[in-house]
Amino acid sequence: MSVFITFIQKAITQGIPLLYGATGEIITEKSGNLNLGIPGIMYLGGIGGLTGAFIYEMNTTSFSPVLAVIITFLCAIIFSVLGGLIYSFLTVTLRANQNVTGLALTTFGTGLGNYLGGSLSKIAGTVGQITVYSTGKAFKATVPFADDLGIFGQLFLSYGFLTYLSIAIAIFAAWFIFRTRIGLNLRSVGENPATADAAGINVSRYKYLATCIGAAIAGIGGLYFVMEYLGGTWQNNGFGDRGWLAVALVIFARWKPNHAIWGSILFGGLYILYVYLPFGDAIQEIFKMLPYVVTIFVLVFTSLKNKREQQPPASLGITYFREDR
Amino acid sequence: MPTSNAIELRNISKFFGSVVANNKISLDVKKGEILSLLGENGSGKTTLMNMLSGIYFPDEGHIYVDGKEVTIRSPKDAFDLKIGMIHQHFKLIDIFTAAENIVLGLPGSLNLDIKQVAADVKVLVDKYGFKLDPDKKIYEMSVSEKQTVEIVKMLYRGANILILDEPTAVLTPSETEHLFDVLRNMKQDGKAIIIITHKLNEVLEISDRVSVLRKGEYIGTVNTCDTNELALTEMMVGKKVSLDIERPEPENMELRLEVKGLTCYNLEGVKALDDVSFSAYSGEILGIAGIAGSGQKELLESIAGLQKVSSGSVTYYDPKSGNEDELIGKTPLEIRELGVALSFVPEDRLGMGLVGSMGITDNIMLRSYRDGKSFLTNRKGPKKLSADIIRTLEVVAPDDETPVSKLSGGNVQKVLVGREIAAAPTVLMTAYAVRGLDINTSYTIYDLLNEQKKKGVAVVYVGEDLDVLIELCDRIMVLCGGKVSGIVDGRTATKEQIGLLMTSREKGE
Repeated sequence: MSVFITFIQKAITQGIPLLYGATGEIITEKSGNLNLGIPGIMYLGGIGGLTGAFIYEMNTTSFSPVLAVIITFLCAIIFSVLGGLIYSFLTVTLRANQNVTGLALTTFGTGLGNYLGGSLSKIAGTVGQITVYSTGKAFKATVPFADDLGIFGQLFLSYGFLTYLSIAIAIFAAWFIFRTRIGLNLRSVGENPATADAAGINVSRYKYLATCIGAAIAGIGGLYFVMEYLGGTWQNNGFGDRGWLAVALVIFARWKPNHAIWGSILFGGLYILYVYLPFGDAIQEIFKMLPYVVTIFVLVFTSLKNKREQQPPASLGITYFREDR
Repeated sequence: MPTSNAIELRNISKFFGSVVANNKISLDVKKGEILSLLGENGSGKTTLMNMLSGIYFPDEGHIYVDGKEVTIRSPKDAFDLKIGMIHQHFKLIDIFTAAENIVLGLPGSLNLDIKQVAADVKVLVDKYGFKLDPDKKIYEMSVSEKQTVEIVKMLYRGANILILDEPTAVLTPSETEHLFDVLRNMKQDGKAIIIITHKLNEVLEISDRVSVLRKGEYIGTVNTCDTNELALTEMMVGKKVSLDIERPEPENMELRLEVKGLTCYNLEGVKALDDVSFSAYSGEILGIAGIAGSGQKELLESIAGLQKVSSGSVTYYDPKSGNEDELIGKTPLEIRELGVALSFVPEDRLGMGLVGSMGITDNIMLRSYRDGKSFLTNRKGPKKLSADIIRTLEVVAPDDETPVSKLSGGNVQKVLVGREIAAAPTVLMTAYAVRGLDINTSYTIYDLLNEQKKKGVAVVYVGEDLDVLIELCDRIMVLCGGKVSGIVDGRTATKEQIGLLMTSREKGE
């Protein structure tokens, strides 16, 4: 039983960054922007938050957890929104190819993250690893009475606030996209920007805003990984391929943030399944592949069903130019 | 004193590079009237109206709405002035419902009460007598329903001035009738309506006044009650157009194509063709008539190898070898190489057969790139052919490298038909070859078909206009609900006879 509870806890811990990334990418893709820079943006969010926390911890004498969390948050969002801005400027204003821009942004974000992470470790001057222990602890704080509630407490209350925030954001995003006026307009931009334009919707503004808000949310995913998962340290390439898992999760969830919630936990569970199976570490990479396999199956099945509502936004990846006839 | 003019255009000009699309055009639209904007393809009708709806911005001139000068820089500006345009290509989101499309882009509370919107839409629909279910998804709708959504969308936004770009081009006669009833209701309600069209009979039926454009110039405005088809045609084309279509006597008729018991199902699993049998002979034009969607598309595609056939046979009699070839089961390429060509002009012209972003030469190469033994493609032949097509069909294009999506609809169509004819087929199937074309170009196409007929080609002509079918074709096969309801002689058939066959489900004599 306790093994099972640990497994669920670990699955959720693995899944939360994916949920942030997927929610951000869904909002972005609903505007027709296929932002493959999400993995890089998540690195940016992580290193942004870490840098902010590091500078704050270095310069403060009376450490305030609340202030640390706020500073870290702001820095993570500024870094990741910058990534989103770069992407929007290139693809919306300059009409560059979305795939190329996205992939370049991922390379850039990963590289910048590792570079700054290494530099911070140097400045920190310790054995080679930077730690913002106090801030990390603030992020990991759970409700005080969680331990007294037995299995319920362990399963549902043993996480830092970012976990609950991710679910709240996903639910809010689902409501926003599918139930509000702005959500309807946003979806129309992703489906058919010419139609949206003719309906008086400012296509460029929607694309910019969706991409930058999406980037901010994805960036918090990177922050979660650095602060809660790693406890406030940096590890070069530590985030691994989780950014791509988040992109896969978007497809798995059929562009619905509410489905991404349980999808992220499933992905997280599959990602660490190898630990709980008696095959040894040798084939762990094969098991880490499972989320992608599941995504491919979902793609195959939904394509077979051929239901129009299950398909990606019709203009996803296509640059819009009004003068085109 | 409020003016009775809803819109006044004064000296409006628009240039696209060196092309003058509109030259100093002035016209008025009154409240509570239907104005027809008449002109050939490329005469600048749509461009002019696009300046009212905010798609283009005029290079010169002034626009007055309700007597006040206005600047329309975007579709939103047009909405704010209560101007709504229904484009030829519908601007709708496929996966949204009618109500969602109608409310799209409108300001209001953040939380969208789509049920309330649907109820409001229903009120509008009932007021003017539309037929529309607000909760139906666009991709499940017929063309006529989509058009209804577009019109209701404009009314929901409070439009007082409605511009319809060739609204009847995609409608069946009964749908057109219904649309006209609705338009009359809106006119009664005091709305100003502009219809862009080149169907003269509709101009005379629906409009109060007619304004005519020719090659970007304003020719004049007449009251519909003071004019007739001939006078309007003269204004439109600038010279008298012979209304007689040439029909040479068929010579050396030989059996070329024999279709027996052809049955097939469409994507929705509905029987699209039901036991269709007929023969096509060399040296004649076989017309195919029928209400839109009676199986015309499926029939041609079955013969061309593009449609899965559930039963029946199509036998091709090869004039060169004398062989009989069964076409069912062959690939489209094999059928094409036997000499059976298909040019299908779909509702959206660019949807089938041409690649919008490629030039005329490149589009011609889509048919010929397999020719020759060299690894590299031969560009000289297609280049010459495109020059020929541009010259003989009077295609208006800057050069043969300009993407065809930049050409006007009629010019795109000339390229499409010209390319098929150039392949020197033995069976030439054309569907809606003159769809949306102006009168002059239509005659050019008829001449081309007759030329093919004289050469001994078996021509299959799927058409919409019964007058043309009766004048052009030697025999006319009428399809009704996927069945052959009759085959009549083009020389003796009457419009009423064919019209009856088109609507009757029974097999005629």
